[in-house]
Parts: sequence; C-alpha cells; structure tokens
Amino acid sequence: MPTKVIYGLYAEEAALLAATRAARDGGGAIRDVHTPYAVHGLDEAMGLRPTRLGIVCFVLGVTGALFAFGFQSWVFLVDWPLNVGGKSFWAPPALLPVTFEVGVLFAALGTVLAFLLRSGLVPGAAPALALPEVTDDRFALVLDAPDAAAAERARALLLAHHALEIREVEVAA
Amino acid sequence: MSTSYLSDLRRPWVDGDKSLHQITEDVCAPLERGPGLLWWAGFLLSAAVLATGATLVTHQIWTGIGTWGLNRTVGWSFDIANFVFWVGIGHAGTLISAILFLFRQRWRTSVNRAAEAMTIFAVMCAGTFPLIHMGRPWLAFWVLPYPNTRGTLWVNFRSPLLWDVFAISTYFLVSLTFWYIGLIPDLATARDRARPGLRKRLLALAALGWNGSHRTWSRYEKVYLLLAGLATPLVFSVHTIVSMDFATSIVPGWHTTIFPPYFVCGAIFSGFGMVLTLMTVARKVMHFEAYITPRHLDAIGKITLLTSWIVTLAYSTELFTAWSSVNPYERFAFANRLAGPYGWGFGVMVLCNVLIPQLLWSPRVRTSAGLLFVISIFINIGMWFERFVIITVSLHRDYLPSSWAMYAPTYVEVGTLLGSFGLFFTCFFLFCRFLPMIALGEVKGVSGYARKHPDTAAAAPGAALASPTPEAAHAD
Repeated sequence: MPTKVIYGLYAEEAALLAATRAARDGGGAIRDVHTPYAVHGLDEAMGLRPTRLGIVCFVLGVTGALFAFGFQSWVFLVDWPLNVGGKSFWAPPALLPVTFEVGVLFAALGTVLAFLLRSGLVPGAAPALALPEVTDDRFALVLDAPDAAAAERARALLLAHHALEIREVEVAA
Repeated sequence: MSTSYLSDLRRPWVDGDKSLHQITEDVCAPLERGPGLLWWAGFLLSAAVLATGATLVTHQIWTGIGTWGLNRTVGWSFDIANFVFWVGIGHAGTLISAILFLFRQRWRTSVNRAAEAMTIFAVMCAGTFPLIHMGRPWLAFWVLPYPNTRGTLWVNFRSPLLWDVFAISTYFLVSLTFWYIGLIPDLATARDRARPGLRKRLLALAALGWNGSHRTWSRYEKVYLLLAGLATPLVFSVHTIVSMDFATSIVPGWHTTIFPPYFVCGAIFSGFGMVLTLMTVARKVMHFEAYITPRHLDAIGKITLLTSWIVTLAYSTELFTAWSSVNPYERFAFANRLAGPYGWGFGVMVLCNVLIPQLLWSPRVRTSAGLLFVISIFINIGMWFERFVIITVSLHRDYLPSSWAMYAPTYVEVGTLLGSFGLFFTCFFLFCRFLPMIALGEVKGVSGYARKHPDTAAAAPGAALASPTPEAAHAD
C-alpha cells in the first residue's frame, strides 16, 4: 500500500545533520536520509542500529577457510594420498596458503553479496524513492507522513530547519 | 567512516573551493563530451601495440614456445619476469585503496579509483603470461581442482605454483569487487545525469538502483572497511606466494628467506612507480589538476622514496647474507649477479631503483609532475630489470658449470612484453573514457565545501548556496 512521505532538500551536511537530529528528538519517523556521500555522524543522528555485516564476513571467512582446509586434507588423506619424495601425506603448513586465499574469497564475495541483497541493490532494481538531485549535490531528509497531522509536523520541522525545498510524494510502503 | 572526525581547519584535498555540483561536473565531463584528439591518439596507439602482441602470442601458441629464446638451463625468463612485474604493479592499487584507507590517509580519495583500475588491468596482464607459458593454454583449466575421469586426480595443493593460481585469482576477484562496490554510487551519479537512451539504461543496470539512501551508505561504509581489512593481508599474501615460487627451490639466488617481504615491498615500489606514471599524465590530459594536486603527488613521492629504501635494504641484505653464508655457490651466484655477463642488468636495477629515487628527497622534485613522470619511468624500467636479474641471472649459471648457458629474448618475447603494455593501456584508456576516474562519493566528502563549519550554516539560514568558506579556514 502506498504511503505518503515528505522530504526536505538541503545543500549542506551541517544543516541536514541538525534537521535529522531535531526530527529524531521530536519523535518524528525518519524514513531515510539521502546523501551524495557518506555523511559522518548520520548513523547517530538517525539512530541506526549497527549493521551485522561484520558477523556475516567473519562467519563466511571461517567457513571458507575450514572448507578449503578440510577439502585439501580429504584429498591427501582419503581420496588420493600423494607420495611426494617420501614426505608426510598430510603436511598442514603446506595447506595454509590455499586455506587463507579461499577464506578471504568467501568472506569478501559473500559480504558483498549480503550487502547488495540486504540493501536491495540488484541489476534492474528501481528504488522506491529516486531523487536525482541527491547523487549530485543535495541532501534529503525523508519523513513519514501517513496522516495529515504527521504531514503538518514534518513540514513544520523541515521549514524550521531551513530546507531549500519541501516536497510530498507517495512511495510504496 | 563515522568513527573518524576531521577538523574543519584542515586544508581540503580538493583545490579551488569547488561546490559539490562542480565536482560532479568536472569528474563526469570526460564521460559526457566526445573523446579528444589526445585520447584517440593514445587509445589507437595502445590498441595497435595490443594487436601486435596478440599476433605474436597467436604465433607462439601455434608454433610452440620454441619461438622463445629459452634453453635447457634458462627455462624461465621473460614471461615469468613479466608475470612478476605486472602482479607487482597491481599491489600499489590495493595499497592505496585498502591500506591507506585503514590508515585514514584521506588523500587517497583522488587517486584510489584509478589505482584500483590499474590493479585490475595489471593482474589481467600478469595472468596472461602463465597461460601463454603453458604452451597449450586450452588446457589451462587443469590447474583447477575439479572432479575428473582420471581418478579423480586432484591438483597438488602443496605446490607454490598452485598457491599462485589461488592467490592470483582471489586477488583479481576481490580487487574487481572492491572496485565495483566503490563505483556504484558514481555510476548512479552518471545515470542521473545521462540523457535517456542506451547509455542511461546501461548505467542504470550497473548502478543497481542506488539512490543515496543513508541506510545503504552506512552498510556500504562497513563493507568497504571489511573489504579493506581483507584486501590488506590478501595483497601481502599474493606477492609472498609469488616469491615462494622461487624461494622454495634450491637455486642459489632464489633460495632465500628474505624473499616474501622483499617481493612485497618491491611490488609496492614498482606499483607506485606506475601510479606516478599514470597520474602525472592523467591529471594533465583529463584536466584533474584541482583533484590530483601537488600535495597528492608529494604524498605518493614520499611512499615511493620509502619503498625504494626498503628495496635497497633488501638488495644489501641479500648480498651480505650471501657473503656471510660462506657457501661457495651462494657467493658465486651473487658475484655473477654483480660482475657476470648480465652485470649490466644489475647496474640498471641499482641505478633506477636505488640512485634515481633519491631525487625524491627534494620537495621541489616531489611536487613537479614533469620530474616525477621521468623518475617513474626509470622506476618502471628498474623494477622490470630487478625481476629479470633475479630470475634469469640466477638460473643461467648454477651448480654445474657444464650446463651454464646464456639467454637472449627473441622478437616474439619482446613483442609479447610490449603487447602486455598495449593491453594495460588500452584498458586504461577505455576506463578513463567510460567510467568516472575519480571517486565522486569520496572526493565530495573531503572537499572544502562539504566541511563548512556547522555554525556558518546555522547562523545564516538560506545562505546554503552562498559563497564558499572564508580563506582563513583553509590554513593548514
């Protein structure tokens, strides 16, 4: 079901940060903030929970490394023990380079994949709210405005913080 | 990252008080206007060299690697030297994009996109050489561990050459991913500016629906940090493993424990040589002087000087260890390196990697694009010779004097080396033309405009678009 949002455009990160903090303090629902670059301090201003991608990365890295080490061990101990100049069939140090590389590969590609899927970044994706100005030089604070009262509050807040422009649009909920 | 805070008093890394919109305009300009005469000249020349190289590679695959100057004693030379040379070039890209990121070196933002592109193209060039060396490259898939009808006969996971397969392919894939992730926000900028048509549709496809949402930015920054954290040990592992191709053998001159750190530092040194070559030219040709400023060149020059000294230390340590080992074979290998028939190669290497970089002590040299370009060419030559000296000169005279031999490359080998430069520069020219060469999303964050003091904005409502910050705030 589509819902209404109101957003204000800003030209500077300082003004945007102030408006975002005020919106959060005022109890208004911040739908999102759109910026041309990663603005430092917005996580706190929006009250975002820290991402769990670090855990994803760690788990995948360990999985990849265990898989590579286990696979090599299986090859040399079970499937085809290879006698190289009478050396030990299973020489763990010699298995480490491949273990490390596969661990890094799993962690890196897996984390990126998790990030893209979590953020809905897939080829051909149409963003719920496309703001062409934002990828150039504008900062947008997007507030939820499900009813008239909320819309009025949102409008007042954006005005009080000197938004350059205030617009109202419908987006998919 | 949100954990670091930069003082407003710091001088911004973009000259000329550019507004965010101006930065977008400047960086997107080369993509939107038609390519100039200079671009066409460079591109066509590179493509012609690439075509020549490709013809020679076809010839040698058709005829066999007997077309090379290799013999029974010198079984590795030009191709492996080229392989190590190109992998090394790539390392500076990762150093800039990952290690300098972890160290919060904000100047990297102007050069990291191009340096990462350099990494990817250099690894592509590197990868072609082992493939060619196989002689029957259509069987290249044999290096992969896949279930087969021969047993299954697996690859030998204990061989450094196989470690190379894993290291180089992981390095390539991770670098490519890192680069692409960095590109997404800038592709979105290009998409939003493009006129409707095929170009806009392609950009929209590649930008994955990026809309600058901070929820995404926040995760993006985390992913960037994680990738930097992964790429840092990865880049060390790659050249460590490359050096083990040599260090695990018993050839005097190769069989040394210093090789892994020596190779890694040499790689970074040679990579910075190539970064300087590309950046001094690109800032001029693409009109990016305000973004790649003399201060950036100065920083790159300092790292180059530092790594030159590490390489110098490695050369000296090698010589000292050979002397102090009292091993006649080891001592002979290094005497032969210095004063044997290929002694001139050692001379070129020392001149280019040790002596000429000392000019970088002078701040005037470090900030002069012209001088840096000349020095960088010497470094590129010197670092290629380092690999030639290590590989060929160690091989041509080892334990058994009766099998000593000389090696000279044929036109096929020289042409293949040139062809790899053709591939590298063709890719680089295409990159400059079709993708934003400067990381917009990062440069905007370090430009002066972005960091206006909060008080200015609060005190002057509605003055958001007014004149840039006062000059006083820009003092170092």
